Amino acid sequence: MSEKEPLHVIKVEHTHPYRYDEDGFTATRGNAWSAPGCHLGCGVIMYSDGDKLVKVEGDPEHPYNQGRLCVRCLAVPEAVNSPDRLLYPLKRSRENRGKNVFERITWDEALDTIEERFKYYKENFGAESVQFWQGTGRDIAAWISRLAWSFGSPNYTFNINAHSCYSPRIFACSFTTGTFWVGDYSQQFADRFDNPEWKCPDVTLVWGNEPLAANSDGAYGHWVLDVLERGSKLIVVDPRLTWLAAKADIWLQLRPGTDCAVALGMANYVIKEDLYDHEFVDMWCYGFDEFAEHVSEWTPERTEEVTGVAAEKIAAAARLYAQADAGLVQWGVALDQRIDNLENGRAIVCLMALTGNFDKPGTMIQPPELLKYITGWGREWLTPEQDEKRLGANYHPAVRVGSGAAGSSDCIEALLTGKPYPIMAVWMQSINSLACGGADTEVTMKAFNNSEFNVVADLFMTPTAMAFADIVLPIAMFPERNGIRCGDGCQRGETINQAVSPAGECRSDMEVNLELGRRFNPEAWPWENVEQMFSSIVEETGYTFEELRDVAPAYLPFEYGLHEKGKLRKDGGVGFPTTTGRIELWSHAFNNIGMDPMPTYYEQDNSPMSAPELCEEFPYILSTGARQWGYFHSEHRQVPHLRALHPEPTVQINPEDLADLGFEEGQWVWLEGPIGRTGRTGRCKRKVEAYPGMARGVMCTEHGWWHPEGDPEKLYDALELNCNNLITWDYGTTGWGANHKALACRAYPVKDGE
Amino acid sequence: MSKKGLLVSYNWCTGCHSCEIACQMENGLPVDQFGIKVSQIGPWQYGEDKWQYAYIPTITDQCTLCGKRVEKGKLPSCVQHCQAKCLKIVSEEEAAAAIAENGKQLFMTL
Repeated sequence: MSEKEPLHVIKVEHTHPYRYDEDGFTATRGNAWSAPGCHLGCGVIMYSDGDKLVKVEGDPEHPYNQGRLCVRCLAVPEAVNSPDRLLYPLKRSRENRGKNVFERITWDEALDTIEERFKYYKENFGAESVQFWQGTGRDIAAWISRLAWSFGSPNYTFNINAHSCYSPRIFACSFTTGTFWVGDYSQQFADRFDNPEWKCPDVTLVWGNEPLAANSDGAYGHWVLDVLERGSKLIVVDPRLTWLAAKADIWLQLRPGTDCAVALGMANYVIKEDLYDHEFVDMWCYGFDEFAEHVSEWTPERTEEVTGVAAEKIAAAARLYAQADAGLVQWGVALDQRIDNLENGRAIVCLMALTGNFDKPGTMIQPPELLKYITGWGREWLTPEQDEKRLGANYHPAVRVGSGAAGSSDCIEALLTGKPYPIMAVWMQSINSLACGGADTEVTMKAFNNSEFNVVADLFMTPTAMAFADIVLPIAMFPERNGIRCGDGCQRGETINQAVSPAGECRSDMEVNLELGRRFNPEAWPWENVEQMFSSIVEETGYTFEELRDVAPAYLPFEYGLHEKGKLRKDGGVGFPTTTGRIELWSHAFNNIGMDPMPTYYEQDNSPMSAPELCEEFPYILSTGARQWGYFHSEHRQVPHLRALHPEPTVQINPEDLADLGFEEGQWVWLEGPIGRTGRTGRCKRKVEAYPGMARGVMCTEHGWWHPEGDPEKLYDALELNCNNLITWDYGTTGWGANHKALACRAYPVKDGE
Repeated sequence: MSKKGLLVSYNWCTGCHSCEIACQMENGLPVDQFGIKVSQIGPWQYGEDKWQYAYIPTITDQCTLCGKRVEKGKLPSCVQHCQAKCLKIVSEEEAAAAIAENGKQLFMTL
């Protein structure tokens, strides 16, 4: 038990202990947090018959999802029991990369080899010569950051180019308000919508996000519906008609990539029409006059010219949002997927500040946390000397101060060139770079094949493992292991409870990381088993991991109005944790690293405005990354009930464009476009879908495609299905952001035999 | 005795397919058979800022209204897992009262 005074947690009443019998099945209550699956962490009940998982249901007693569940977790038994699972550690010699000639080995041989090779590289080339890559930040981020840093490598990175996911919004928030915020759907309270302190937002502003099928900020997407049913108005900013956009009070169908201009236009209107929150701005904002001047060029008419959204709609949306007592912003990854992506987040944060939408019920709140998941775990184990060598950080002050991770594009560059130092090995945990996340597969193929030794840890054999792995480690799925859920958004004391034995010899990500961590740096990994490690993280709840299983979810203390109470700043003063103690519309933090102190709109590369000649050849704008209900990024394609929901990748095209192009519905076509500034083009195959909810000239497609049923030595068709073939590993001047959402493209039929 | 059925508040159905998969998993149905199936109506535009875009779940011959679950005090699997909370099991009278109060609802019996 902890020596510190535990936090006063609020528990939820349960009918049963965490494990009980129901109708001859063993029921195990717990949390569902990847892999497989998403960023959230729903309460589930897993039913097993002997050692076989037979059914998963939502937990009706869990306030988070209240018994609901999406298709991916409902179908988890099919994933767990899949005949295609990786069951044993595998090895293959380097010259056979890409060939389906793996050999089964023992865990001892796998781990001994990894230990021996990594230590050899560290001794001879420096710890920085080993890169540690992780996929999207799920139940992996904390463990792998600690593994990398305690090994001594500063090159812990994410499998997406130039920080184009989530962290830009965090960074933009932090450098403007001193901290990060999430929308208030009452998720911090055990009694949820009935909590007397909570107030339903008057307006919900969904921006660059399809929250019903995607998920960020630890927000369960259908909470948007919960607040609409309780009376919230809805504004949606999206180039595509989503179901929410069709129901919205106001839908702003912007030209892809122009979000920042929309936000600046709204901010200008709010100021010009005197709709801003005078008291909040006077008390808590810095740089209002400069900001007002800065945005004054963004009249509704000018905003219309750039964004394609009618001036009167910009005005109406600004008015509706500003006049609400409580406005909640539900934003998404689209804002991160452009060059200079920090500008999007900054502009929207300034809009929130002008309207006083912070720290009050139904607005943006401070998520309670047990583990600083976002900044990585175990940073103290990386020496300043090693941090000096972090790839990307030395060229980009914004990467140096804004992220603890190395720049993935810079890691690729180092793999390709051996500069500024050679890269000898790559650790790839839950990444499927050739199908998803990674850009430009031609470059990705060269980069990872330059490394002498690659280890891939994953659930299934993937295109990435088939192409690059010298050792493959089989990983257990969440119903097969223990864990805790400390991810993005509001955290709770929450346990992931093993329901069945792992398939074959699978081990959990955490077991693998702990075991390797103990071999590399025992001092940094003082725990004998993962349960001890979990207990040390949830210590503040006053429970050990074992005790927490029956109690979870344990809700952490939460308050509104922290900035007024002096609870946001380390010095105990009132205000926000910035230099001035105010939300900085004119940001000292950005100014200090040589960036524009105020958010600024930059036109994207290869857009009709920046490159009109190129766009004659590539006349369509392609937006990638549309979500499908059954899939999480590149996962779930081998789960039959999910695959049946959407068997092949599609591109949504306006019916009139479709007629112009002479395509038939369901026809296979190539989408081809210039890869950034490389001078090359890339293409991907898609099936055509006529969709009236796309503007003319704009197309929309899903990412993450491969065919698990395909030929392993053709890398499961990933190279022709990956829409990131049109995306460059290169990025803009700040090191933050690459274009995924507004790509120039043309479309033409796939020929017979292609 | 009043007949029970499924009341669908289809104004809120987002087409998330949770009802379909929950039912298939509960009843061991193959990928091409359903106890409840969602249909998509739209999207099409019928005026400035006016879009028809709806989903409507419909029960099939293979639906049992999850009698066995209900006997044990649980909700039918589709009702429990519906992310939009737009499904309910109610009597004819309750359905009539609910429909009198709000539009865009559909009552289905076996």
